Amino acid sequence: MTRPPMRNTARQTTLALLVVAALAALPLFLGTYEVDLVAKILVLAIFALSLELLVGQTGLVSFGHAAFFGLGAYTTALLLQDPDPRSFWLVLAAAMAMAGLYALPVAALSLRTRGVYFIMVTLAFAQLVYYVFHDTKVAKGSDGIYLTGIPQFSLAGWVPFDITKSLPFYYVALVLLCLVYAFLASLGASRFGRALAGIRANEQRMRAAGYATYPYKIAAFVIAAMLAGLAGFLKATRDGYVNPEMLAWHESGAVLLMIILGGLGRLRGAVIGAFAFVLLQEFFKNDAVFGDFAKRWQLLLGITVIACVLLLPHGLVGLSAQLRRRGNRDG
Amino acid sequence: MAEILLAARGITRTFGGLVAVNGVSLELERGAVHAVIGTNGAGKSTLINILSGELPASAGSVELLGRDVTRLSQPSRALLGLGRSYQRNTIFPHFTVAENCRLAAQARRQRPWAVWESAARCADAMPRARAALERAGLADDAERLAGSLPHGRKRQLEIALCLATQPRVLLLDEPLAGMGAEETERMLALLAQLKPDHAILLVEHDMDAVFRIADRITVMVNGTAIASDRPDDVRANPDVQRAYLGAGH
Amino acid sequence: MDATTFLVQCLNAVQYGLLLFLVASGLTLIFGAMNIINLAHGSFYMVGAYMAYALAPWVGQYLGGGFFTTLFVGLVLSIALGYVLEWGFFSLLYEREHLQQVLMTYGLILIFEEVRSILVGDDVHGVAAPDWLNGSIALGSLMTYPVYRLFISAVCLLVALGMYLVLARTRLGMAVRAGSVNREMAQSLGVNVNLLYRVVFAAGVALAVLAGMIAAPVSSVYPGMGGQVLIICFVVVVIGGIGSVRGAFVAALLVGFVDTFGKVFFQEAAGVLVYVMMAAILLWRPEGLFRQG
Repeated sequence: MTRPPMRNTARQTTLALLVVAALAALPLFLGTYEVDLVAKILVLAIFALSLELLVGQTGLVSFGHAAFFGLGAYTTALLLQDPDPRSFWLVLAAAMAMAGLYALPVAALSLRTRGVYFIMVTLAFAQLVYYVFHDTKVAKGSDGIYLTGIPQFSLAGWVPFDITKSLPFYYVALVLLCLVYAFLASLGASRFGRALAGIRANEQRMRAAGYATYPYKIAAFVIAAMLAGLAGFLKATRDGYVNPEMLAWHESGAVLLMIILGGLGRLRGAVIGAFAFVLLQEFFKNDAVFGDFAKRWQLLLGITVIACVLLLPHGLVGLSAQLRRRGNRDG
Repeated sequence: MAEILLAARGITRTFGGLVAVNGVSLELERGAVHAVIGTNGAGKSTLINILSGELPASAGSVELLGRDVTRLSQPSRALLGLGRSYQRNTIFPHFTVAENCRLAAQARRQRPWAVWESAARCADAMPRARAALERAGLADDAERLAGSLPHGRKRQLEIALCLATQPRVLLLDEPLAGMGAEETERMLALLAQLKPDHAILLVEHDMDAVFRIADRITVMVNGTAIASDRPDDVRANPDVQRAYLGAGH
Repeated sequence: MDATTFLVQCLNAVQYGLLLFLVASGLTLIFGAMNIINLAHGSFYMVGAYMAYALAPWVGQYLGGGFFTTLFVGLVLSIALGYVLEWGFFSLLYEREHLQQVLMTYGLILIFEEVRSILVGDDVHGVAAPDWLNGSIALGSLMTYPVYRLFISAVCLLVALGMYLVLARTRLGMAVRAGSVNREMAQSLGVNVNLLYRVVFAAGVALAVLAGMIAAPVSSVYPGMGGQVLIICFVVVVIGGIGSVRGAFVAALLVGFVDTFGKVFFQEAAGVLVYVMMAAILLWRPEGLFRQG
């Protein structure tokens, strides 16, 4: 569901700033494992936000978004095979550029199809890249590759920290998340963003009004892909390792689930969804709670996915409104 | 001398072996309503889709404001001054009425690269949107959610969305669909108001309305235009009487 | 490449393509008739293969039967499974947006994988073909070809023929085709749409399970097989045209040939070739080769 341009902007911005402040303060209270976990969520939140632009804003359900995430990660890994450090900014730009470069022909071809075809075709194009990395010698196949070098985060010659370390990475990820969020918020309220929302709401009317909808959709697709590539770059940087499973359709499914879980049509839904998904997964894998059954966390996840679609049509973001409506009906 | 804003010549469209439209020609003049009538399956929808640019013609040409637009897409024709309303509403139900029109009006000056500019503050689209709303009689409903409007007002919004792009030619596909007597009167009054500045093509089933408002009527049967005349002449035309209007009229 | 090798590869391509058709036809039928995109369809194939492995000893012990009895038992079970699944789960998917269908069936895959893991484990297994099908026939003077692979092709062709006859010549087939065009219209024509959907769905499941069962001796039984076949089936359905069984047939054979000969000539890049072909076809025909209707 798409809302008209933002209301209560002042209240929303204050809320957002509070959340950012809380996230910034988090490492002071948590141990390294938790900090790393939250950092992982922050990266996935960027990934989820990128898909939200495509699915939530433009209404294009892509089941192959992991391809761009993985391309960003692999570009990073392949550029960092030398022990000599490379510029953080250069590698980041390259990762985003590669993702965008593949997105262009994929978008041009996929967007010639609609509905279910589009879903299947995006999945197929992601498989294409998966097989490139899994079967061919481009990157050591299914074993994956380790990063030998590191991206050097420098500002005008000054290297403030090693970005592959826990705390610096956390803050860089947080800042990037905020930048991506702000960018997408601004984009959403801009003419381009409103046009995308219109295309989602009724493409026929948009075309009748004079919008060439195909280029708009391609642009949305490529931007979403580049942002996914950014997330992939971060993941590769932190993990120091990439493998083809990052491009598997399970990843595409997971990120789709994140934005549904959080709530489609809202940027914060993507962030909330990323948190909810990872925390749920951690919960299900926790053998203190589930004992031996923790090995079967996929079963619980599957049930959760189904329950979420059936019971939370507007995701967690829409939950309060949903409960309110239920309350009004009963009361 | 009548100002011809849209001219269609020899429009033909085949689907496989089926001839949906067979060599239809018509002209839309400024200040006139040209109605196209015919039974279901006569080819009216196909014809209007070809004129709007949503369907390519198998043969024939379309000229808009003196320019050959036969190969142009629908959005391109829209930017040249062609507006279209649909039989089933193509409004944006989850946006407000004002935002509906603003979005349509924005098409004239899209500036998609200006990602830092908020669309709502767009100085050119809003006035055009408000003007369209005024004309369509929806000024008071501006802040309502479009989906919450009653059916008649939704149809008015459909017209307002056309007007928001300031077209010269209007292709209206059954604007009276599903309307009661009072709503029909209001819509006809609106169309009468729009007549002087626009060239209007009207596809309609409501015969009373058609004969009241049309300056010219084209009758289609099985894809062919069997008559294209002033209303009285059409009514008196024996072929039309036989094929379409029936003995009862 | 000499003539006999070429023939062998052609036979392989046909066999692979026909097997794909068996799975993809179920997918496209279900989509065409009920407008449901079912990601879990590959899981049925996997279920079939694991059934061939797990049921065989049980069937041998209690029913005294062999390969064909196992097939029969598996089919019966799959029809029951399909019936129950449609009633309990897939009926919730009609009228829902495709995105919701995608996610719900994705959840179903996770459940299937885990249940299989609990019941039968995650090991890779081989399944033995029945003895009388285990031989080879001679092709020319140098090469032989496994009889079992010919058996697979024969079964698939028989099923394809059966499907054609049912769809084109029977009332059920007409109902399926009518229901796929317009649910309300079919209902008003007196078709019990709910029952129809259940039957079509069960048939789709049975087709995928059958494919898995007869493929098991050739492709072995392993956890990831569901996902692998699913995506290739998507390619087949996209190329063939959603809802078109005829399209699925042609597309499946096309994919079979491109994949088989691709592996011969390009080895590593073979996996990618099928997708490149899909891309090329999409450029030319975005709705597939045989649009439904």
